[in-house]
Amino acid sequence: MTMKTISFWLGLAVPMMALADDWSQFRGPNGSGVSEAAEQVRETPEVAWEVALPGRGLSCPIVVGDKVFVTAASGNEQGTLHVLCFSALNGDKMWERTLRATGRTMSHKKTSVAAPTPCSDGERVFALFSSNDLVAYDLQGNLLWLRGLMLDYTNASNSLGMASSPVVVKETLVVQSENDSESLALGIDVKTGGNRWKMERPKAANWTSAVVFGETVALQSSKGMTGVDPMTGKVQWNYADGAATIPSAAVTKKAIYVPSNGMTALVPEADSTTQLWRAEKLKPGTASPLVLAEALYLVNGSGVLVKADLATGDEVWKLRMKGPFSGSPVASGGRLFIASEQGDLQVIDPSGAGEGKVVHTVALKDTILSTPAVSGGALFVRSDGKLWKVK
Amino acid sequence: MKRLICLLFGVVVSVSGLADVTLGGDFDAIRAVGIEGAGNAAAGVAWKEAAAAEPEKMTAILNAMNGANPLAQNWLRAAVETVADRARKSGRLPEADLAALVKDTANDTAPRLLAFEMLMQDAPKAAEALRPGLLNDPAAELRLFAVAELLEEGQALKAKEDKKGAVAAFKKALDGARDEEQINALAKGLRDLGEQVDLPKHFGFLMKWQLIAPFTNVDRGGFDQVFPPEVGVDLKAKYEGKGTEAVWVPFESKDEYGMIDFNEPFGMLKEVTGYAYTEFEAAEERQAEIRLGCKNGWKVWLNGELVFGRDEYHRGMKLDQYKLPVTLKKGKNTLLVKCCQDEQTEQWTVEWRFQLRICDATGTAILPKS
Repeated sequence: MTMKTISFWLGLAVPMMALADDWSQFRGPNGSGVSEAAEQVRETPEVAWEVALPGRGLSCPIVVGDKVFVTAASGNEQGTLHVLCFSALNGDKMWERTLRATGRTMSHKKTSVAAPTPCSDGERVFALFSSNDLVAYDLQGNLLWLRGLMLDYTNASNSLGMASSPVVVKETLVVQSENDSESLALGIDVKTGGNRWKMERPKAANWTSAVVFGETVALQSSKGMTGVDPMTGKVQWNYADGAATIPSAAVTKKAIYVPSNGMTALVPEADSTTQLWRAEKLKPGTASPLVLAEALYLVNGSGVLVKADLATGDEVWKLRMKGPFSGSPVASGGRLFIASEQGDLQVIDPSGAGEGKVVHTVALKDTILSTPAVSGGALFVRSDGKLWKVK
Repeated sequence: MKRLICLLFGVVVSVSGLADVTLGGDFDAIRAVGIEGAGNAAAGVAWKEAAAAEPEKMTAILNAMNGANPLAQNWLRAAVETVADRARKSGRLPEADLAALVKDTANDTAPRLLAFEMLMQDAPKAAEALRPGLLNDPAAELRLFAVAELLEEGQALKAKEDKKGAVAAFKKALDGARDEEQINALAKGLRDLGEQVDLPKHFGFLMKWQLIAPFTNVDRGGFDQVFPPEVGVDLKAKYEGKGTEAVWVPFESKDEYGMIDFNEPFGMLKEVTGYAYTEFEAAEERQAEIRLGCKNGWKVWLNGELVFGRDEYHRGMKLDQYKLPVTLKKGKNTLLVKCCQDEQTEQWTVEWRFQLRICDATGTAILPKS
């Protein structure tokens, strides 16, 4: 093998190697919020770079290989929708595409049309907006397909704005558009943008995002949680004891921890679910919980971080942080990271014998309502006007 | 479904309409995209060709947006942006062509807005030169820029205590303004200087209605239930309502934003349905938009035909929340609005009301002949 040949194969290998470090959807791998990449975020990260964004948004950045993708909405009534790609290395803008909203853009003033987080299958990036505009690009910014889901389903909207983020599994993009009027979920072929399946969902506003458990996509709603085969839309299991409509579930390879009657730990099985425990005192606020090692972590409505025993749901300790919080915590290297609405990106060491401790704060001095992405030992955080890399 | 799309978004999606424009096979495939992903595969192939075009062909792509449905316009927009990326690198952005395209009001809003945005980014002086001419533009989005300029001018004159000049600038801007925020700022500016502003007339709110209530909406069942006013409006009729007799009462809004409030004549009821009826005398048959703001479940009928409805409660309300393209007939047009109140008891679920105006696609009020 010549050096030229080796270089060629190394070149091909780079994107594949990068996959292990990708943060390709809302709360990263499977929607767990936990990075298992080899390179971990250090305890005292600092701002590596920051770039300006052209519009508002509280969608989270995602990272695929050496690219960071983020969405934004600008202009009159947030009618211009942006998908931007930046270099993860230095923040250089690699490309930007826009589209005009084809659906209603009304939302509560705190949220934005750019609320759902985009996702990627490693070849394509899929961006969904509250206007129900859905678009697929390749990683170089070439348009692959687009949909106007509010043109398809004319009452699929929420006057407060929608925020459920899509997930991509087995060449199917699963999209929730759940609201009071025309509530639905779709399985969309990633190659064509056509429907594989369409499912009626509970007629109630819902801002939660799906998590991936094994080979099923778990859809949360006010009615509970439903496991769906992403290829067919066939219901695999159903939990019908109600669930929250803002914080999304935490997930591991063994169980799903649902914000339901407090918190409820479930093990989905064929056609049923087994309840491991229920802890009614555990009440997540807007932020979604996560599982790290043998503990469940959640942020309650008062901005207090609560650690609970993963086996029982029993509370272990509480830690008051500098809140309030709209974004969710993420984890890397055994530490938790969460940004407050005031822009304080806090690093928490939860491993102490007593309670956890805020060990470091990066003051970003901007309103942050979103959840960080983790990749390459760095956090990627956005506000309405900026995107930061913190490493 | 196609009709609903037309109603909601004013989209021209007729097959014959698309066939009238022959711009080459590449654009035709893009323009043929439809709902639920129809045509995406062929459009994807055509898009690659369009996006690879030389910068000189950019205006041809922009022209292909004319008459296209909103999805196709977004496909073409992405092609224009891709071509523009290359044009910028080679210094070949066709600024003069883009300016000409903006000036030609026969073009649709979508290509003109995109061309103007590119000029603002890449040739700000050219965009600046176009701004004053956009005050009475058929595209409301483009008017914003001209109105903003005049608003600033008026505020500067006001600061210099040039009342006459400020009033003139504000009035000129208000004539062109179609954006609520700008209109509010201009109305305030004029009122601060002692001038009268008739906002209901500027917006075209319908202020005089006949209201009837309460019919039931227990378990939110009233939204789908057909009550007598949907069968035929008889303003002298009385009906058995929810717990009381339902009769028609006259109602004239005193609200500057045309709020038609069922709570005023009927009290703060819950789980009830009301109807509002009015007539609109149109000077001619014409295309128009019924624009509605409502945070209750609602349906709208024009001349006895259901236009649209939505069963969402208390998620928010704003001016022009729903834009419903319709055709007004010459002479008397009847409007019936169904407004359902739900069971929620929180303070923020008290409202049982709507606002409705009739205007053209730019947002310019269409006033009744009388």
